[in-house]
Amino acid sequence: MTEVAAFAHDTADSEESLAPRVRSYWQNVVDRLARDPVTLFFGALLAAIILAAVCAPWLAPFDPYKEGIVLRLKPFGYRGHTLGTDELGRDLLSRLLYGGRLSLLMGVLPVVIASAIGGTLGVVGGFAGGRVNTAIMRTMDVFYAFPSVLLAVAISGSMGGGVMNGMLALTLVFIPPMCRIAETATVQVKSLDYIEAARATGASSLTVIRHHVLGNVLGPVFIYASSLVSVSILLASGLSFLGLGVRPPNADWGLMLATLRQAIYVQPWVCAAPGAAIFVTSMCFNMVSDGLRAAMDVRL
Amino acid sequence: MLHYILRRILYVVPIAFGVSVVCFSLVYLAPGDPLQTVLPPDATAETVEIVKHAYGFDKPLPVQFVIWLGRVATGDFGQSVATRRPVILEVRDALSNTGTLALFAVPLSFAIGFGMGVLAGSFPGTWIDRSVTGTAVIGVCLPNYWLGIVLVIVFAVELMVLPATGMGLNGSARFDVTRWADLRFLLLPVVTLTLVPLGIIARSTRAVVSEIRNQEFVQTLRAMGLGEPAIVRHIIKNALPQVLAVMGLQFGYLMGGSILVETVFTWPGSGFLLSKAIINRDVPVLQGTILFLALIFVFTNLVVDLLQSAIDPRIRRA
Repeated sequence: MTEVAAFAHDTADSEESLAPRVRSYWQNVVDRLARDPVTLFFGALLAAIILAAVCAPWLAPFDPYKEGIVLRLKPFGYRGHTLGTDELGRDLLSRLLYGGRLSLLMGVLPVVIASAIGGTLGVVGGFAGGRVNTAIMRTMDVFYAFPSVLLAVAISGSMGGGVMNGMLALTLVFIPPMCRIAETATVQVKSLDYIEAARATGASSLTVIRHHVLGNVLGPVFIYASSLVSVSILLASGLSFLGLGVRPPNADWGLMLATLRQAIYVQPWVCAAPGAAIFVTSMCFNMVSDGLRAAMDVRL
Repeated sequence: MLHYILRRILYVVPIAFGVSVVCFSLVYLAPGDPLQTVLPPDATAETVEIVKHAYGFDKPLPVQFVIWLGRVATGDFGQSVATRRPVILEVRDALSNTGTLALFAVPLSFAIGFGMGVLAGSFPGTWIDRSVTGTAVIGVCLPNYWLGIVLVIVFAVELMVLPATGMGLNGSARFDVTRWADLRFLLLPVVTLTLVPLGIIARSTRAVVSEIRNQEFVQTLRAMGLGEPAIVRHIIKNALPQVLAVMGLQFGYLMGGSILVETVFTWPGSGFLLSKAIINRDVPVLQGTILFLALIFVFTNLVVDLLQSAIDPRIRRA
């Protein structure tokens, strides 16, 4: 129904202006997103998760660090503890809300930094070509020789854990794939005629990159980065799960899962709750990324 | 063909060299002096010098690297700080246990994932496609360490039908996959490990198959009067090289990335060895295990590339 209405509205509009209205790329993207209920649903869910983590101090029913020896490992709904309590008697819902802050930060920030560094290296390598490109891409190949989990564990394991080291390790893991995506996109654009034309008019390399290359590279880089966030959330929580990321008593989903694992015989389903948070968040990022890729019509 | 094989094999040399440089430098990423673990805190400057000389730490880094590489090439990875056993023995035992897991998880995930992908790609847009794609997305987004915990809760805590952790009463040395008492311990880790590669393989197979299905040669085959089974055979043959590349990556993931799953199930494989080494700050074991796993990954990729070129002659010419 709404589609028909929108179509009728469209034709009425173009008849008024007597000329076919030129729609911008972003208008099309927004239109396609509006007609994609799955992406909208997961986008809303994702927004709610992020908002809940940001507003944790106002939403949390209890102090996430307040321990209580008689309150240890209580079931769902025990005296106002909606999701029960953990092995030190801390309210699980409050810790999940607060935990989202570090878990999301550790999932998103490494991808953002890696996109900036890897993207720059890829554009420079792809645009310069020759020896510069070979040097950059062959170095990346070496890091490709490690499975991603292994590389993250190796780096943060040697450096000794902690949030900063964990994020550094994840950043290093994501730079090579980002670089490859940017390089491929740059090489494709570089061979097009209009770049040649721009150069013929005397544009410097920097101008060509800024005006002609970046616009074509940012799309794939953004889409690929958004799909990496889903992986990054899993990896970051995995590092914390192994004791390599967030340190106690700070709340983090992976770390909570690791400490609660010892208590599965006491309160099995309370112990599984943090994992559900990781799963749902990762799923949201994945679905939103897929929806954006379809709406932005990007092929990787 | 021979030219391609030789070139591809030679390409492994610089990669393997780079991998060993990364593994070598892991020791220097560690905060503080690598000698800290061996030396008493009140060691005199003189003792420090003697120990440094004994371990070769007084030499310049490149020289240290060459010496280290020479030892590694002869299979000497040093000694575990925690157990005092040679690292090579620790890694060998752990790898064979991980191999037991992979022996089941690899064929399972590859066969089911590939089958699901072909099915979904053959009926794009239908409910079959949607349910396969949905399963694949869940498989990719599910934290496998959490899935492991949930499976343990369901089958070991609530239903009490399967053991939660470990490799059985007889230990890893006498583990026998043909004996049900031992095999029971394998079920949950294998199912947990299978899901992620299954999702990834199903998703990429689906993409490749549905793309090939739209190519003109498929229409030609149909116009020539070929039946659907024969057409699917042609499509699979064209899809296989690309899917093989994904499978190679996933094989590496199963060998090296199983660290989280093995930790959940305290399965004494390479991943569990790594996580123990991290807790004990056992750098020689960490270094040795990672080097081994990365080299396995490099050689897997080599084998996949050679297989691809054997199946698809177009790759050789490119």
